[in-house]
Amino acid sequence: MTNSLNVDRIKEIISAVVGEELSVDVNTTPVCITIPATKLLQVCEAIYKHPDFYLDTLSCLTGLDNGKETGTMEVVYNLYSIPFNHHLMLKVVLPRENAALDSVVSIWRTANWQEREAFDMYGIVFNNHPDLRRILMPADWEGYPLRKDYVQQEEYRGMTVKSEETS
Amino acid sequence: MSDIKAGSFDQFAKEVGSEVPIYQESLGNAGVIITKLDDLLNWSRLSSMFPMTFGLACCAIEFMSTGTTPYDMDRFGMAPRSSPRQADVMIVAGTVVFKMADRIKRLYEQMAEPRYVISMGSCSNCGGPYWQHGYHVVKGVDKIIPVDVYVPGCPPRPEALIGGILQLREKISKEGLIADRLKSE
Repeated sequence: MTNSLNVDRIKEIISAVVGEELSVDVNTTPVCITIPATKLLQVCEAIYKHPDFYLDTLSCLTGLDNGKETGTMEVVYNLYSIPFNHHLMLKVVLPRENAALDSVVSIWRTANWQEREAFDMYGIVFNNHPDLRRILMPADWEGYPLRKDYVQQEEYRGMTVKSEETS
Repeated sequence: MSDIKAGSFDQFAKEVGSEVPIYQESLGNAGVIITKLDDLLNWSRLSSMFPMTFGLACCAIEFMSTGTTPYDMDRFGMAPRSSPRQADVMIVAGTVVFKMADRIKRLYEQMAEPRYVISMGSCSNCGGPYWQHGYHVVKGVDKIIPVDVYVPGCPPRPEALIGGILQLREKISKEGLIADRLKSE
């Protein structure tokens, strides 16, 4: 059984750090709070250390591309507290061009490879990441494959990338 | 061969099997057999094709099953080797991604000749389910190394892989030293 998170309490704490009204979506599982990218690190530090929440595990970090029409990208953090057994989702919305935000590796070490994956697939830059390289694609690959407007390269080291039958 | 008594030709022929045509006249009292060098070489090559131990995706699971007791790959003299230098046949079992392509090519080049390649499963045959939208998959391992036998399936059952192995044995049994040289000239 998952304990339910005290939404009002965590909203209060994060609001105090951010200094503005937050958009909270209680219909998602877990509850989702959208925070500005500039305050990400402060917010994470506050809820990670807080004795009432102690969100000590970053279960999953996801990148999202909302497409050219919307012009935004998102990074979604799924947090979990081992002692309290409750979940929280944090969402950061970024502009699509030159998307960049602070790395949370200093708080959760597990973010290292997950941020590298988001960088590899979406080209989202994580500032102060200790080792921001591609993790899945070859180092000399061009483009970011999971972006909506991705066009695969013609050739990679002398091999045709596209299947000849489809071109 | 010395333990085979004169006159026991039938027993000897049974042990060798049908792959090496030997001549009855040759056995006589001397314990000497005469056959074609081609046939002897081919027979020894096809009877001990050491595959390289490596797998890239789920096909490798079927490859492993092929090595287990119910399917018994060892009855073809196939003992998996962990070094390309000791291997004769490379079974490309799984999805070949671009990141792996260079490594596969290098492993193939490290194998001593004569060397053979079995492409196992749809992915390595043509890209499989990734053939249209898979930006990361090589659309067939034959784009990087020459392939002798293609085994279809996703993944192919061990029986299908054994079918491919038998095809390769057949192919090797038809090789010839002189014919090869003539072809290359």
